[in-house]
Amino acid sequence: MSAAEEVVAEGNEAVEAVPKRSMTMGTGTSVVVLLLLIAVPLFAKNFVIFQLTQLLYLGLAVLALNILTGGSGQFSLGQSAFYGIGAYVTAVMMEQFNIPYFLCLPVAGVLCFGVGFLFGQPALRLSGVYLALATFALATAMPQLLKLNFLEPWTGGVQGLVVTKPDAPFGLKMSQDMWLYYFTLFVVLAIYIFSVNLLRSRSGRAFMAIRDNEIAASAMGVNVALYKTLAFGVSAGITGVAGGLSAIAVQFVAPDSFTITLAIQLFLGMVVGGVGWLPGSIVGAAFIIFVPNIAEGVSKGLSGAVFGVILFLVIYLVPHGARQVAILGQQFAGRLRRN
Amino acid sequence: MELFTNQVLAGIATGAIYACMALAVVMIYQAIDHLNFAQGEMAMFSTFISWQLMQWGVPYWGAFLITLVLSFIGGIAIERILFKPLAKAPVLTNVAGFIALFSIINSSAGLIWDFTIKQYPTPFGSSPFLGSQLVSTHQAGMIGVTVLLLLGLYFFFQYTRIGLAMRAAASVPESARLVGINTSWMIALGWGMASAIGSIAGMLIAPVVFLEPNMMGGVLIYGFAAAVLGGLTSPFGAVVGGFLVGIFENLAGTYIPGVGNELKLPIALALIISVLVVKPAGLFGRHIVKRV
Repeated sequence: MSAAEEVVAEGNEAVEAVPKRSMTMGTGTSVVVLLLLIAVPLFAKNFVIFQLTQLLYLGLAVLALNILTGGSGQFSLGQSAFYGIGAYVTAVMMEQFNIPYFLCLPVAGVLCFGVGFLFGQPALRLSGVYLALATFALATAMPQLLKLNFLEPWTGGVQGLVVTKPDAPFGLKMSQDMWLYYFTLFVVLAIYIFSVNLLRSRSGRAFMAIRDNEIAASAMGVNVALYKTLAFGVSAGITGVAGGLSAIAVQFVAPDSFTITLAIQLFLGMVVGGVGWLPGSIVGAAFIIFVPNIAEGVSKGLSGAVFGVILFLVIYLVPHGARQVAILGQQFAGRLRRN
Repeated sequence: MELFTNQVLAGIATGAIYACMALAVVMIYQAIDHLNFAQGEMAMFSTFISWQLMQWGVPYWGAFLITLVLSFIGGIAIERILFKPLAKAPVLTNVAGFIALFSIINSSAGLIWDFTIKQYPTPFGSSPFLGSQLVSTHQAGMIGVTVLLLLGLYFFFQYTRIGLAMRAAASVPESARLVGINTSWMIALGWGMASAIGSIAGMLIAPVVFLEPNMMGGVLIYGFAAAVLGGLTSPFGAVVGGFLVGIFENLAGTYIPGVGNELKLPIALALIISVLVVKPAGLFGRHIVKRV
C-alpha cells in the first residue's frame, strides 16, 4: 500500500466520551427511584408486577450492553446469544438437576463471563462495523446451536423447556409474582451497584480510556487487549444473569426467543436510554417493552410503521436519549433553586 | 470433482445476488460512512413499485427505468427529510434511525401489497445457461448486470468530476468543503445512487426469491457479510466478496457433515470472521490510519 492511499481519520470516535460522573445518578434521585420500585408492586395487580419484573431484567441486559458500548466503546449485536446461554443454563440446572434458582444465576453469570471473555479474544482485532458483524454472527448462530441434536436431552430441542416458578421462601405471605419481583429487584440492584463501582474503579477508567482513544490508552500503559476482553466478559456475564432471570420469570425457554431481534431490541433500549448513562437502561427497557404495545394499539396493520415513527420522534427530540432529558431536568431544577 | 465444480457454479449464481446487494451497501457506506440496515427494505419497496407498474401494463424495461428514477429520487428524499437532521447526532443514534426506517418501510409495504408471495418476471428467461443445469440464463444475466454496474461505477468514481467530488466528500469532508464541494448534497446523491443500485438488485433478485415484504431479510445479511469481507471501502471487493460468500455457503452445505440449511449461515459467517481476523479491513479494503 502506498502512503498516498492511506486515509487519516481523526476525531471520529464511534461512541462519544461520557465523563464517568455523568454515567450515574445523584444519591437523592437514586433513593427516590429505589423507594418507588419497592413500593409500586404493593399496589399493583399480578400482571403489572410481571411486567415490572420484565422491565427490571431487560433493563439489566441493556445495562450490560451499556457497560460494553458506553464504557469501553465496543459494539455488540450478539447480546441475545449471551442472554440465551444464561437463560438455558438456568433452566437446565433448575429442571434437569433440581438446583435451586438462586444458585443457578451465579453459575449462569460466571459461565457467560467465560464465553464472553473467550469471544472477546478474536474480536480484539476487529472494531466498529467489523465487530458488529462478528457479534451478529454469534447472534444468528445461537438459536441453531441450541437446537442441536446432541443437546436435546437437556435443552428439549425445538420444543424448549418449561421452568417452574419458585415460591416465596420462609413462609412469606406473598404471591409468586411479587416474590420474584423483589428477588429480581435485589439482583438488579446488586449488579447496578457493582457496575457503578466498576466504572469508577481503575478498570472502569481503563475502559473509558480505550473508548476515547485506544492508541493513547495503550501509550499510557493500559493493557488494551486485557481490558477489552474483560469488558466483553463482564457485559456477557451480566447479560447471562439477566437471561437467567428471564427464564425464571417467563417460565419457559425456547431457541427462537433468543434471535437477533432481541439483540436489536437491547440495542434500541441502549440508544433510547442514552449511551453510557447506566440509569437510562431502565428507561430504554421500558421503551422496548411498552412502545410496541402502544404502536399495536394505534394501528394493527401498521404497528411496525407506528413504532418506527415513534422511534424517529424520540431520536429527533433527544438524540442522546434519556440522559439528555435528565441533564435538562437537572439544569431546570438548578435554575429553580437559584430563583 | 464434478460435484465440486457444480457446487462452485451454483455458489457463483447465488453469489451474484449477494454481490449486487453488497455493491449497494458499499455505495452508501462510501457516501455516509454508516451501514444502512434499511437498505434491503428500500430495495424491496422499489421492487414492489416496479411490480405495481407492470400490473398496470407498463412493459418490463419501462417499469425498470421508471423504478430506477423513482428510487433515486426516493433515496434523496429519505436523506433530506429523515437523516439530514440527524447528521450531528451520535453514530449509534443514526443506526437506531436505520432500524426505525426498516420497520416503517417493511410495515407499509405489508399493508399496501400484503404478505402473499408474488411471482416476478425476468427479462432473461429461465432456461439452462449454456447447457448447465445449475446456472439459468437469469442468473447469468444477473452476473452480467452486476459486472456492468461495477464497471460503470468504477468509471463514474474514477473519471468524472462529480465522482471525484463524492469521493472527496466521503474521505475528508473538511477539506472537500474548503475546495468548494457541497458535501451535504454529495451525501444525498450517495443515498440516491445507493437506492437506485438497491432497486436494480431487488428487481434482479425478485424472480429467484419471489416478491414479498420480507424477501430481503436473508439477502441483506449475506450482502453485509459480503461487503465486509471484501472491504467496505472497495466496490470491487464487495462484488468479489459476494461471489466468495455464495461459494463458501454452498461448499459448507455440501462438504461439512451435519450442516443443513439452518447452519449454513452461521458457518459462512464464521468463515468470514476468520478471514477478518487475519485481514481486519477486509480483503480489498484500505487500511484507515488514525491520528492520535
